[in-house]
Amino acid sequence: MRRIFILLQKEFIQIFRNKTILPIIFVLPIVQLLILANAATQEMKNIRFTIVDFDNSSESRRLVNAFDQSKFYTLIPVEGNVDRAVELIDLGKTDAVLVIPKRFGESLVEGTPVNVQLMLNAINITAAALTQSYTNGIIQNFASSISIQNTNHIKSKQSIRHWYNPELNYKLYMVPGILVILVTIVGMFLTAINIVREKEIGTIEQVNVTPIKPYQFVIGKLLPFWIIALFELSFGLLIARLAFNLTIAGSIPLLFAFAAIYLLVALGLGLILSTSASNQQQVMFMAFFFMIVFLMLSGLFTPTESMPKWANWFNTINPLYYFMKVNRMLILKGSDFTNLSGSFLSISLMAVVVLGVAILRYRKKSA
Amino acid sequence: MAQSSFLNFITKEFKHIFRDTRTLLIVLVMPVIQLLIFGFVISSEIKNANYAVLDYSNDYLTKRLVQRISSSGYFNFKGYLNSYDEIEKVFKNGDAKLVLIIGNNFSQKLQNDRFANYQVVTDASDPNTASILASYVQGIVNSFTTEYFGLTRQKERVSVQSRMLYNEEMNSAFMFVPGTMVLILMLVTAMMTSISITREKELGTMEILLVSPLKPWQIVVGKVIPYIGIAFTNVLVIILMGYTVFHLPLRGNLLLLMGVSSLFIVLALSLGILISTLSNTQAVAMFMSMFALMLPTILLSGFIFPIENMPKILQWLSLIMPPRWFLSALKTIMIKGQGLQYVTSEVLVMLTMTTVFIALSIKKFKVRLE
Repeated sequence: MRRIFILLQKEFIQIFRNKTILPIIFVLPIVQLLILANAATQEMKNIRFTIVDFDNSSESRRLVNAFDQSKFYTLIPVEGNVDRAVELIDLGKTDAVLVIPKRFGESLVEGTPVNVQLMLNAINITAAALTQSYTNGIIQNFASSISIQNTNHIKSKQSIRHWYNPELNYKLYMVPGILVILVTIVGMFLTAINIVREKEIGTIEQVNVTPIKPYQFVIGKLLPFWIIALFELSFGLLIARLAFNLTIAGSIPLLFAFAAIYLLVALGLGLILSTSASNQQQVMFMAFFFMIVFLMLSGLFTPTESMPKWANWFNTINPLYYFMKVNRMLILKGSDFTNLSGSFLSISLMAVVVLGVAILRYRKKSA
Repeated sequence: MAQSSFLNFITKEFKHIFRDTRTLLIVLVMPVIQLLIFGFVISSEIKNANYAVLDYSNDYLTKRLVQRISSSGYFNFKGYLNSYDEIEKVFKNGDAKLVLIIGNNFSQKLQNDRFANYQVVTDASDPNTASILASYVQGIVNSFTTEYFGLTRQKERVSVQSRMLYNEEMNSAFMFVPGTMVLILMLVTAMMTSISITREKELGTMEILLVSPLKPWQIVVGKVIPYIGIAFTNVLVIILMGYTVFHLPLRGNLLLLMGVSSLFIVLALSLGILISTLSNTQAVAMFMSMFALMLPTILLSGFIFPIENMPKILQWLSLIMPPRWFLSALKTIMIKGQGLQYVTSEVLVMLTMTTVFIALSIKKFKVRLE
């Protein structure tokens, strides 16, 4: 017990002696949360929109006005014809061009169907699809405001309740996900790099000839980063609370309990990686590779249900998937232990397996 | 004499890198796997979303409606609920993302009043999915009811005919192939060089190099050259894969594309060198690269999230992010097929950035021991 304590003391002194690690531990969550959550937005706020109006009737002018009034659109004027407008897209000066044909107003009043043309820069398909649906919404809304007698029409009206996030604030969805990345980076990367550094510099051999047992060494290495990562989580939650007014709907002890088990997996993976690498560059690339794959499949940006079967199958052994899911369910929806027991079971199993393998591998290496 | 020792040094660096087959393999395989995941796993389309139904009418029409929704491909029917209170449990368990509530006499109301209400409750902890699913339901209900009562679907009075310029088929590869390229180049060039130079410092071998007849610039260039090779291989692999597997067009001048890519590689390298002059340990170099490179590459370059939608501060911040300019040039050349005159500002910005980074590195590079 004393040995472990001394090892821990040594690790903490080493970590905090490094003047650059400390700011990283504090700056990382702030930068990540503030930039990531604000950058990762799926709403279109500022669509640059160009309208070519061939009709120039009072109706078409009202339509132009409808776009002008919308806070989502910024009208980019164009001199002349459609070709000039398309050129604006080429130059990247506008995102979409709407062409209102001649006789638009007349047909609308008469009640005959009329076509308008919309051209979009579709290199970014998400933005294009959103712009298209926003634009269509405004146009349909405008069309229904011009009355004609309507017969034989059946209508069902949908009323929507959005639970847990009535304003559909995307940031609230992203923040728990970002916390997962944060905790994982600190846990997995720092551990892996730290141990490989001892190898690279050669100090690990000195440790190996001391009476310190492998498990003591492993605990001494993992515990500091486990504590730091849990601290990161609380710090991140605090920032989320201050900056985004994110309140934790569920039980905070339960959240930390899950994070604590998850971190055993993340740290254990870091340890396994470090035993199979001989220098820091190598271990970092391996860690990065796994992290990217795990992260992309974890459902950070897109729901996992939409993914193919094999990806969902893979996710049963993806620790990031579980933490991502639990973190969001607990923070946003207030799910309790009975709701999350399956995830708890899976992550605990993973922790046992990963830590077991990690200690076994370390023992082999040191023998 | 100096010339041959420089060559020897470069040979040594190459050996260093190629001896480490594992890292090399990761660096070469990573873009391929990333592209495959982006291409086949990540899609903006939402499918198989679990939903439950609370049906107070429970008649022939509503049953058919539920069948229709379930067979649409967007939804996966999880069962009927018995009461409103059950919704909370279903959501908290994560068993459903949407609950459709159909009130009493839904079909009679439609029949007699030609108008009926229904309610949708979504689990908006994922707000995007929630609003998309609600609109899917609306679309399905509308078309179902019109068909059911034998009406022809009313034609929209104004129909919008959209043309998706540059990308008629809405191929998402147009986003992720250039994006992956930037990400990998940043990783291979900037991150790897910064770490490999810092490594010499951390292990103390930098001092040995500095007292050798090699000039400081030769040391740096020698360290960097192998990575240029790897980065170029990555560019070729990604473009080739984008072209063959994901049908990404190569409309522009290939030579120009390579030229701009090389410029970006040099830019990323100079950034990597700068980072290495600022850090003493590999761990620090790695975290600095993550901040200065990875985060902005993924987020502020317009790779996944459109820059125009970000808050103004972040839009300004994105202006100083090297990947942003490369990505923009890449798309202009590859997808729009435009020439040099359309990417002059991007090229100029990247040139300026490179100069600044190199100048700063020269100023910061310590040839003496402390």
